[in-house]
Formats: sequence, C-alpha cells, structure tokens
Amino acid sequence: MNPDAAPPKLALSGVTKGFDGKQVLRGLDLSVGRGESVVVIGGSGTGKSVMLKCILGLLQPDGGSIRVDGRETTRLSGSDRTVLLRQFGMLFQGAALFDSLPVWENVTFALIQRGVLTRKQARAAAPEKLAAVGLRPEVAELMPVELSGGMQKRVALARAIAAEPEIIFFDEPTTGLDPIMGDVINELIVSCVKKLGATALSITHDMASARKIADRIAMIHEGRIIWSGPADTVGDSGNPFVDQFVNGRAEGPIRMPVTKRFG
Amino acid sequence: MGFVTAVGHAFLEFVAAIGRISLFAASALSHCLRPPIHVRQLARQIVEIGYFSLPVVGMTALFTGMVLALQSYTGFARFNAEGAVATVVVLSVTRELGPVLAGLMVAGRIGASMAAEIGTMRVTEQVDALTTLSTNPIKYLVVPRLIAGVAMLPVLVLIADVIGVFGGFVVGVYLLDFNPASYLRATWEFLEPIDVISGLIKAAVFGLLVALMGCYQGYQSRGGAQGVGRATTNAVVSASILILLSNYVMTDLFFS
Repeated sequence: MNPDAAPPKLALSGVTKGFDGKQVLRGLDLSVGRGESVVVIGGSGTGKSVMLKCILGLLQPDGGSIRVDGRETTRLSGSDRTVLLRQFGMLFQGAALFDSLPVWENVTFALIQRGVLTRKQARAAAPEKLAAVGLRPEVAELMPVELSGGMQKRVALARAIAAEPEIIFFDEPTTGLDPIMGDVINELIVSCVKKLGATALSITHDMASARKIADRIAMIHEGRIIWSGPADTVGDSGNPFVDQFVNGRAEGPIRMPVTKRFG
Repeated sequence: MGFVTAVGHAFLEFVAAIGRISLFAASALSHCLRPPIHVRQLARQIVEIGYFSLPVVGMTALFTGMVLALQSYTGFARFNAEGAVATVVVLSVTRELGPVLAGLMVAGRIGASMAAEIGTMRVTEQVDALTTLSTNPIKYLVVPRLIAGVAMLPVLVLIADVIGVFGGFVVGVYLLDFNPASYLRATWEFLEPIDVISGLIKAAVFGLLVALMGCYQGYQSRGGAQGVGRATTNAVVSASILILLSNYVMTDLFFS
C-alpha cells in the first residue's frame, strides 16, 4: 500500500449497531473513494438506513470505525460534529422538507443558518438553486404541502446540494415516484453529483436507479457488505445473494420472514 | 412474584423516564444560555403562546372571577361576611386560580401543539434533516419554545388577574348590588405585592414545564401518527400534573 495515497473520502470498518438486543449492523466494512458514486442495495431491514444515520452521527454506533477524509468521527462532540456535517448533504426518502417554511427558505436553509446569505439574498438566490433541479422560479413561494411528490423530491435535492457539499447521501431517492419521475430524479442526481464533483453514497432497492447513478454497487445483507463491484457487473456477479436480489426472485439464499397462511 | 416484577419494572421505567427528562432539560437549558438564539423562531413562539392563547386564558379568568364572586357571596352570607367577597376574589385569582388555570389552559393548547409539531417533524425525519443541515435541533426547536413559555405565561397571568378581578366586580356590582367604589376599595385594601408576584413566578415555572414537556414528548415520539398522538396526550397530562405538583411546593415556599 502506498503510504502517500490519499485516504478514501469515507471509510467504515467493523461498524456494529443493535437495538433492544437485535443486531442490525454486524461489522460493516465499506469504503467510498473521492468523487466516487457508490450505491448500497439490499432488502428492507438489512441496515441500509442505520448505516447512513451512523455516518451522520444521528445514531451512535456500538463499535467500529467511521472515517471521513481519514479522520475518525464516531466520538465527535456536538460542535465538531456540526462542523463536519457542513461537508454533507442528504436527500431523505420522504423529502423531509420543513413544512412550516416556504420552498425558498427550505432550499437555502443551510446557507441562511451558516450566515453565508442573508434572508433577502437567500430569497433572491433560491430560483437559481431551483433551476438546477428543473423547477420554475414561482415554485419558490409555495409551501411544501402544495407540491407533488416528485416536486418535493426535487426541492429536497436542491436543498441537499445548495451548500455545495463534498459528500451527498441519497436515501431511497426514487421510492414512491412513478418510473418516469424516478428516472428524472436519477438524471438530476447524476448531473448534480458530476457538476459538484461530490462523493455520493446512495441506498436503494430500485435496481434501475442503482444502475443509473452508481459507479460501484455494494450489497448489504444481515448487517454486512457481502458483495461489491462495478455497477455494470452487478448482473453477473456470481454471488447467489446478489443474483436473487437483482432478479427479484422469492426463491434463493435470502429468506424473507413471511408466514404462508394458505394452500 | 409476577406482581412484584411488574411493580419493579414500572418503578424502574419511571426512574429512567425522570432521568431522560432531566438530561433533556439540562441540555435545553444550557443551550438557552449560549448564543445564537433563533430570533425568528422565538418571535413566532411568543406570538403563538402569548397572543393566540389570550382569548382562552381571558375567558377562563373572566368566568372564574364571576363564579368566585357568586360562590363566596352565597357561602359567606351564612355568617354575615359578604363584605369579604372582593378580597376573596382578588386573592384567589392572583395567588392561585389565575396562574394555575392559565397554566392548565396553555398546557392543553400550547403543550399539545408543541408535542404534535415536533413529533410530526421527528417521524417525518425533519428533525434529522435539521441536523444534516448543521443546525442543532434543540437550539432551533426547543430553546425558542422554552424562552417564550417562561416569558409569556407571566404576561398572560397578569392579564388574567385583571380580567378575573373584573369578572368578580361585574357580578358583585351588577348582580349582588355591591357599591362599585366599596368593591374596588376592598379589592385594593388587602392586596399585597407578594400576592401578584408569587402568581407571576408560578406562571414562569408553569410556562417552563408546559414547554419542556411539550418539546420532550414531541422529540421522543416514535412510530408515525399513533406515536405523535401518544406524545400529544403525554405532553398535556404530564404538564398538568407537574403544574399542580409544583404549585403546591411553591405555595408552601411562598406562604407557609
């Protein structure tokens, strides 16, 4: 190993996390290079969202190491964590827009709170931020409740990238959208990440979305990464777990906890 | 044995809940003392608590003062002490009924609304979104509510005191045929500053308790709409009980 090589942007090693005696992450290892777009696929309840929340410090991992730019982050205090999070942007599964604030204030929230822009400047800057995700300027004055699901996702994407973060997380970006709007969001994610030169980590169980936005795909199963490879090799990974997931088969090594009450 | 185990579990859960609330309160109060304060959020909460609670607190105080005058008159008539009605009304309103009833009404209106708003933000990941936008949720959501609660409840109670005494005056003069000047003189004669000040101090404590329980229950809510509903109920019930409990303790401290 070259000692002068830059550390990966994100490196998780042996991360564990459990809730009420149920172990969700069981020694998860994952590395994301600078400017790389990694998509983690896996079924419901396998620990995808918990992994993201541990990286962001929303959950405290029970064990293991999480490094950002080579710096250990699992024990960061409140103010250090706040500074670290300035590098991050996140698109939440349900958009998580602040429903008491208009769209323009949602989009420029981080810039206002960090003192980068005054409220007046932020209001003026919002249409440009919205244009980056294909939304018209008049949307800026609407409240989140007045938007469709697809528009909410776009506004949430605009909010996630408004402060030009170095690392962006996408939590199930296409869930709940029709296939066309899902593809629009995927295209926007690809173009925004490329434009910013950001590192992206996404979690999804939508294979079309994963193939579109990933440089590399990793599969999580029972709290561990069980396979990782270039996005174009996911179809012939040779891993029976990945094959079953990618092809959406009920039969295979992944057993779903379903009780049959018929037949 | 099963009964003992159940009682033990309930006791341990109670102690753990007190610990969680204490930690939450300590964190929130320490943030109250450190800048920055989100001024727009604070202004919004001051309007929400102080202005929009005024009708319900005013109506409560008015009818309480009227009922007090009526009840004390019919009661005191049995031993020819009708002249004490004005004094009883003003002391009861300023010392006890003004702050306690205002606190309970605000707990029902504001405590529930705080728990529902923060609880909904919690279950829809808006609280997590605040954190990812490098904004401390305690500072942004909880601190303005606590400061507004502590600042506005005394103002509401001061207004409630005036309205309550006015309610007693209206019944005394127009229904019970007291002389207006005599009624007002009796009201002022035995009223001491401590009667009003103790009520205002109680109100500030009640404001803190209402805001704290509303924010805590909302912040801890889990599990969708059902969780938010449970948080709302818990916020009102716990704030109401704490108001009554702390009222006894403070009355004992002030007047015994």
